[in-house]
Amino acid sequence: MKLAVWTYEGPPHVGAMRVATALKDVHFVIHAPQGDTYADLLFTMIERRDARPPVTYTTFEARDLGGDTAEVFKRAVRDAVDRFEPKAAIVGASCTAELIQDDPGGLAASMGVGVPVVPVELPSYTRKEHWGAAETFYQVCRRLVDPELPRASASNGGKPTCNILGATALGFRHRDDMTELRRLLEDVGIGINVIAPLNAGVDDLRRLGAADFNVVPYPETGETTARWLERDLKQPFTKTIPIGVSGVRAFLKEVGDIVGKDMAPSLSSNLPWWSRSIDSNYLTGKRVFVFGESARAAAIARVARDEMAFEVVGLGGYNREGARDVRAMAKELGVDPLITDDYLDVEARIAELQPEMILGTQMERHIGKRLGIPCAVISAPVHVQDFPSRYSPHLGFEGANVLFDTFIHPLVMGLEEHLLGMFREDFEFSDEAGPSHLGHGAAKAATASSAPSPAAEAPSAEEIVVSVPEAAQEAATAEPAAAQPTTDDASDVAWSWSADAERELKKIPFFVRGKARRNTERFASDHGVTMITVDTLYDAKAHYGR
Amino acid sequence: MTTLELDRIAGCAEPAQHAKNQQIEPLRERGQREVFCGLTGIVWLHRKIQDAFFLIVGSRTCAHLMQSAAGVMIFAEPRFATAILEERDLAGLADANEELDAVVQRLLARRTDIKTLFLVGSCPSEVIKLDLKRAAARLSAQYAPDVRILNYSGSGIETTFTQGEDACLAAIAEQSPAETSEETSLVVVGALADVVEDQFARMFEEMGVAPVRFLPARKSAEMPAIGPNTRYLLAHPYLRDTAAALEERGAQRIPAPFPLGVEGVTAWLKAAADAWGVPQQTFDDVTAAPRARGARSLERYRAALAGKRAFFFPDSQLEIPIARFLARELGMKLTEVGTPYLHRAHLSEEIEMLPDGVQLSEGQDVDKQLDRCRDLRPDITVCGLGLANPLEAEGLATKWSIELVFTPIQGYDQCADLAELFARPLLRRERLTV
Repeated sequence: MKLAVWTYEGPPHVGAMRVATALKDVHFVIHAPQGDTYADLLFTMIERRDARPPVTYTTFEARDLGGDTAEVFKRAVRDAVDRFEPKAAIVGASCTAELIQDDPGGLAASMGVGVPVVPVELPSYTRKEHWGAAETFYQVCRRLVDPELPRASASNGGKPTCNILGATALGFRHRDDMTELRRLLEDVGIGINVIAPLNAGVDDLRRLGAADFNVVPYPETGETTARWLERDLKQPFTKTIPIGVSGVRAFLKEVGDIVGKDMAPSLSSNLPWWSRSIDSNYLTGKRVFVFGESARAAAIARVARDEMAFEVVGLGGYNREGARDVRAMAKELGVDPLITDDYLDVEARIAELQPEMILGTQMERHIGKRLGIPCAVISAPVHVQDFPSRYSPHLGFEGANVLFDTFIHPLVMGLEEHLLGMFREDFEFSDEAGPSHLGHGAAKAATASSAPSPAAEAPSAEEIVVSVPEAAQEAATAEPAAAQPTTDDASDVAWSWSADAERELKKIPFFVRGKARRNTERFASDHGVTMITVDTLYDAKAHYGR
Repeated sequence: MTTLELDRIAGCAEPAQHAKNQQIEPLRERGQREVFCGLTGIVWLHRKIQDAFFLIVGSRTCAHLMQSAAGVMIFAEPRFATAILEERDLAGLADANEELDAVVQRLLARRTDIKTLFLVGSCPSEVIKLDLKRAAARLSAQYAPDVRILNYSGSGIETTFTQGEDACLAAIAEQSPAETSEETSLVVVGALADVVEDQFARMFEEMGVAPVRFLPARKSAEMPAIGPNTRYLLAHPYLRDTAAALEERGAQRIPAPFPLGVEGVTAWLKAAADAWGVPQQTFDDVTAAPRARGARSLERYRAALAGKRAFFFPDSQLEIPIARFLARELGMKLTEVGTPYLHRAHLSEEIEMLPDGVQLSEGQDVDKQLDRCRDLRPDITVCGLGLANPLEAEGLATKWSIELVFTPIQGYDQCADLAELFARPLLRRERLTV
């Protein structure tokens, strides 16, 4: 048993739903009790889809358990195929049906419903959402891909083509990433054979084999299929995530190596100049904590360091599939990798590191709100507001532009930062009001004046209504670690803060206060100081720099 | 304004005309249901009972449901969590009770403010027959008197949506202290918004109905005592098991319609007033002003909603009282009124008040029901979050049923808020030109 306050991934059948919903003419029949139908709202509400996911739930009840749940399942399959007339069906079970062991795959196979039926095993007690998506996509492809199809490049004058694998329904920015990647690849003379599963039909899947290679921007959902295609159809696949300017360049280099040509893109990004523009000076050495889907988090950490000149003080990922990437990148950065799906562990690490910003998931926004640290969302799991109306990819050159904007949006800008440091006691213009371009912060700080908790991102209207009073209340009662008075509660602490030093610390703007506190305490420990005075504070500042 | 005039505005019940409604046979269907499970009740219960924590013993799906249904709304740390069952728990490699003890210990160590911990059963815990009742008793003995540990099931194989609250309140009622007083007390049953609860408490006090307690109370220590001198009034129609648990303790129900709409609130308050022998004059003195205010507040919405046709997909079991309010106080027409479960004993007053010819349905086959809805093309369709956007995209205005549960809608001063929930989607469609 594992205690979970929030989870980073849903169960594997939700991953299967993401694939089924992404595909055009399949239907997924899932053996599941009625409560599991909540998953529909992920698609219709969070992603704002205008149609129900192509999913039928058997919704068996307790009274069916003594009887024939297998018959309930068979009836659901028959009705769904009759009603929706899919070109292929996927069948599987959710966590509860897994326990009653009706074998949906075997039952469906014995029925002869007239369309290909793809059974998927979705072990709910050992696997999670991304695995479920990857496995379902793989099983569907194995069943449907035509292995004999000749390469398109053999008959089109040698123009190389690729598939882009892994984009799903409910994917973080997948819709726009696909547009951006198509544009990027076409710009360098690569044809797109099929993008799948997002918006691919059964007939599209059949002709995956016509491509020369595969592009895998989301290894968590696409790599299982890519590996199989590499093995069985001899299609190589790309490993670089085309994120950030350097990521896109490395990706194009990899593509060039596969097709045996130099890639010379005509497209470019604004990011390098925006980063070099002197107004961006204040970004230098900003201490950021990066957490998310593992492969994505590792790639973002590189962008943060190399393209924003941030200092990445912590890096982690919630899924084991991409853990190797996280470990390698963490080693390069000289930080401890955090591989966990325990929200409380992530919260503890962030509280300990006191970064100036979090680049995380929707869950880290909760942590950021509690600790008063701004947060930008760079990975699933996501919220309805992470599905913006505007074109907003994270991949490709345009994606790099979006990333730059995303990273700086929650921050207090350079000159404002200086003014806040200079005039701490201005009642209208204080750090506790949050960045002045995020207007709501001031009102919030006014309701909980002791709470150094600027909102991370502009919340949507319904969030303001529902969450602000609670958040303010929470912040007022649970003092974030950054503002904790006197000593840590650990008993081995050898120092304590004098009242003067404590007051002086409060004059430091909140976004660097946590770091100043940490540095001072470290300095005190290292130098055997037992009472931290104002002098200790400045000695530490002189020792460590800003 | 006289009481008579108020009754006319509110369109009070005329029993003779409606006696035949008792014979209404609902359409009963069996197929895919599209309703939340009882776990979802935790979303409001964990805010209502301020020192309670809800620990779901279930799967990753349960945890995911909770954060999908609630996560978008809750930024403060929630007072609920999931103990996720893993392979080793199922394979018997781990002793489920030891594992649970460890989780509970971690939790209670972190949240010392918790006075009641609910162990909430789920589909998987029910299927593997994990005995949470025994676990609760064992842990209660261990943590008494600081923390009381109760259990109930919110599993989707046994409960839909609001039935989770029913199961929770039934668990509280079973374990609540015995009422020893000789005095007759009133217990209002069902989680109400704090503001609504306060309004009702004030009116009961002004009428001289006392003592009045609420189940659930906002604090664990304030849960009402129950005994043969307890009379209880249901605030919601979905509390079958809670009512049974209260009757088991000797409490007696005061039959009444539900406190939705001016008419419903009046009849509900009157039922209690009559049980306490409150003189009509006193009742009128206390209720006249808020009744008039409630009736007045509905006028503008009646203009917008009269004649509009409503269709209800089953969701919260509030469908029948709300439909009654829409029809009688706002002049709306009812097409199909679906409910996940129809408890006739508690709804008999409500069914009497429904207009003739309304089609009730119980249970669900969602695809067939969608076909009927599309054929009828109602002006507004009440449905869950999974169906709302798809129906909107087909040109049908919808009202998310979950808002009817998460908004204070009971009581005189909330009648207009309830009406507004129906008027807003229609108004929005009128305003938008794109």
